[in-house]
Amino acid sequence: MSTFLKHPLTLRLLSVLIAAGFWEYLGRIPISPAFPTFLQTMSALGGMLADGSMVSVYPATFQPLLIGLIISSVFGIACGVLMGLNTKAEWFGAPLFIVLQSAPLAALIPLLTFAYGIGLTSKILTVCIMATPVIVLNAYSAVRHTPTSMIEMGQSYLGSNMQIIMKIIIPAASPVIYAGLRLGAAMGFIGAILAELLITPTGIGDLITYNQSIAEYDKMYAAIFSIMAFAVLFIEILERTEYMFFRPDKRVTQ
Amino acid sequence: MKIFGIKIPMMASLILWAIVWEIVGQLDLSILLPPFSHIIIRLFEIVPTATFFNAFWITAKCFMIGTAIAIIIGIPVGVLMGRSIIADRMLLPWVNMFLSAPLTALVPVLMTLFGFGTKTIILTTVLFAVWIIVLDARAGVKNITPSLVEMTKSFQANFWQAFTMVYVWAALPEILAGIRLGCIRSVKGVIIGQLLVSVVGFGRLFELYSSNFLMEHMWALLFVLFFFAFLIAEGLGILERKFEYYAASR
Amino acid sequence: MSVPAEAVFDAAPEIAVSVNDVTKIYPGGVEALNDMTIQFPKGELTSLLGPSGCGKTTLLKIIAGLLKPTSGTVTVNGIPVTGPGKERAFVFQDFALMPWASVLRNVAFGLELQGMAKSERHAIAEKYIDAVGLKGYENLYPHELSGGMRQRVGLARALAVNAEVLLMDEPFSAVDEQTRRKFQEDLLQVVADEQKTFIFVTHSIEEAVYVSQSIALLLPRPSRVSEIIRPDIRRDISPDAIRRDPVYLDIVERIWQGLRTYVE
Repeated sequence: MSTFLKHPLTLRLLSVLIAAGFWEYLGRIPISPAFPTFLQTMSALGGMLADGSMVSVYPATFQPLLIGLIISSVFGIACGVLMGLNTKAEWFGAPLFIVLQSAPLAALIPLLTFAYGIGLTSKILTVCIMATPVIVLNAYSAVRHTPTSMIEMGQSYLGSNMQIIMKIIIPAASPVIYAGLRLGAAMGFIGAILAELLITPTGIGDLITYNQSIAEYDKMYAAIFSIMAFAVLFIEILERTEYMFFRPDKRVTQ
Repeated sequence: MKIFGIKIPMMASLILWAIVWEIVGQLDLSILLPPFSHIIIRLFEIVPTATFFNAFWITAKCFMIGTAIAIIIGIPVGVLMGRSIIADRMLLPWVNMFLSAPLTALVPVLMTLFGFGTKTIILTTVLFAVWIIVLDARAGVKNITPSLVEMTKSFQANFWQAFTMVYVWAALPEILAGIRLGCIRSVKGVIIGQLLVSVVGFGRLFELYSSNFLMEHMWALLFVLFFFAFLIAEGLGILERKFEYYAASR
Repeated sequence: MSVPAEAVFDAAPEIAVSVNDVTKIYPGGVEALNDMTIQFPKGELTSLLGPSGCGKTTLLKIIAGLLKPTSGTVTVNGIPVTGPGKERAFVFQDFALMPWASVLRNVAFGLELQGMAKSERHAIAEKYIDAVGLKGYENLYPHELSGGMRQRVGLARALAVNAEVLLMDEPFSAVDEQTRRKFQEDLLQVVADEQKTFIFVTHSIEEAVYVSQSIALLLPRPSRVSEIIRPDIRRDISPDAIRRDPVYLDIVERIWQGLRTYVE
């Protein structure tokens, strides 16, 4: 009995139940007229999924998000790897990205809107400025900290520089690069939603603000719930792809 | 990097970037980038004004209160998760979820519940900072050498003594790392909160400058923000390195 | 100042590796090697033995071509060393195995870097995996192996490229004592079978005496070859008998007396 109680799955289920129950309870008090219960939110979610009003907005959110993430990943990993390999690039680039990583870059959004208007470009750039610094810095430090003996091994077995980079440094750095991609994707989601709330309401951001403005709070909460669940799922899938492509050793033990 | 055998410190490259910026600005290539020197002049113009000071004070206040709440909640929860398997299994999925969830989507909820004021901004800050603090405190406690835990038990320390006299100190390097990362996220949270609430603090100034197309003002404001963000991150980084040896015995 | 001892072997016919007046000063001014001269005879296992700080790993990495000497030259079969080369293979202290690659790929990695076709290099790798006693483990990953087995992979990788000179940098220091003994016995077998020159860095006196045909005793501050010892212990008796052999024990004791003043 106690082993059943302590089982990870039991506890996870229990904790979800407690959270849902607590939400339901707060909604029933109610703590605010603008706070729907858990069940109301779930039925709104079900309704919106069924009538297609939720699925139809996702492409609009996804377009800037995916384009932005692809640009940030390619550019960020290239920059980071270059900085990790080349001391001149490191000297030139690392301080800039260290500053950008700690800076609240969201504050640039008004500037971007000003320069590029309220269209897709601004939204893509918002995703990029949020996601890029962490991707760059992770790739950089991963490459920089490749175990020396591993590189010496490549040299002593006469690997060319290209071979050492492609066959040793990149695979050795891939877990940390991937961690950077996950963090970057999380920041990208933050940026994408922020852009939709701040620049022009489109996609899921529109669903949130519209339902907020007409006081359909259950639908508003359902929209928020769906995007959060979606983001978590997306990042989970990203994690799986690493095991599939780069780390067969981990795939075996999974 | 070395030039003519003289070691040039890393941060010196920022000067180079500033020069590039100045050239791009002078060439008038993009309305986005006014010359660097103009921004610096504007910076000294707006910083002493009362509007700026008020906005800065509100931001600083929200940041400090938000971060303090995040730390006060985050560390005990993290330590608890590190010591109790049941708490860990129940809470870890939530912490991981909120760490990667788009928290900006929750700000509208906070606005409907707590209004368009500092309360919402503080809560946004807490929401951004708390998860990483929890996660790092947990990792710190998990990394404590088992023999140190056994030592504590063998001297019959109660939970409170163990918590305040051993666990927090032994996990300090990770806890400090968590606080540093939490602060970086706090800064982002406090700005995102203000951008969305947009009627108080810097949020109001952003609104004001961008609706009047005051590019130089905008950048001057951003420089102040970036400078303080960097200062906080680096300061905490130094503190963290000072206590690194606490983990040395592992 | 002491005069660097010239390494002279009484019955050493052919020299595989020759280190001539090598000095290594690291950036920052630390002097790791000072005018070192030593020769390694072909087909033998020579140990570089000494306390930490005597520059033995530095010397090995210079022979490997991984480090450049500040002055002096290293020749292998009479050809000066300018970098890593095909005739030398390195066995690393921390194994330097790629965690994302299977045992088979790790062992074949040196050949993969040479551009050898997959089927060909896998066939060679299989042979050496068998030779080091890892048959059946080809498709496992390093984290699934014990420390001793991991170093066997490292050894197989070095053997697979068929180099004439094997450079081993404290290969058993990260392996537990029992595995280590077994490994030492197996190494003697490999030395007998392979007709290669082995240069073996160690800080264990017992290990050096047990596995070597000759031992170069290095001393620090300034680093120098203080003595070349040829432990002429009987090889026709069982490993356990060797470890109890008075000749073996005397040599261990003699080296310890020479080194003890350098141990803090």
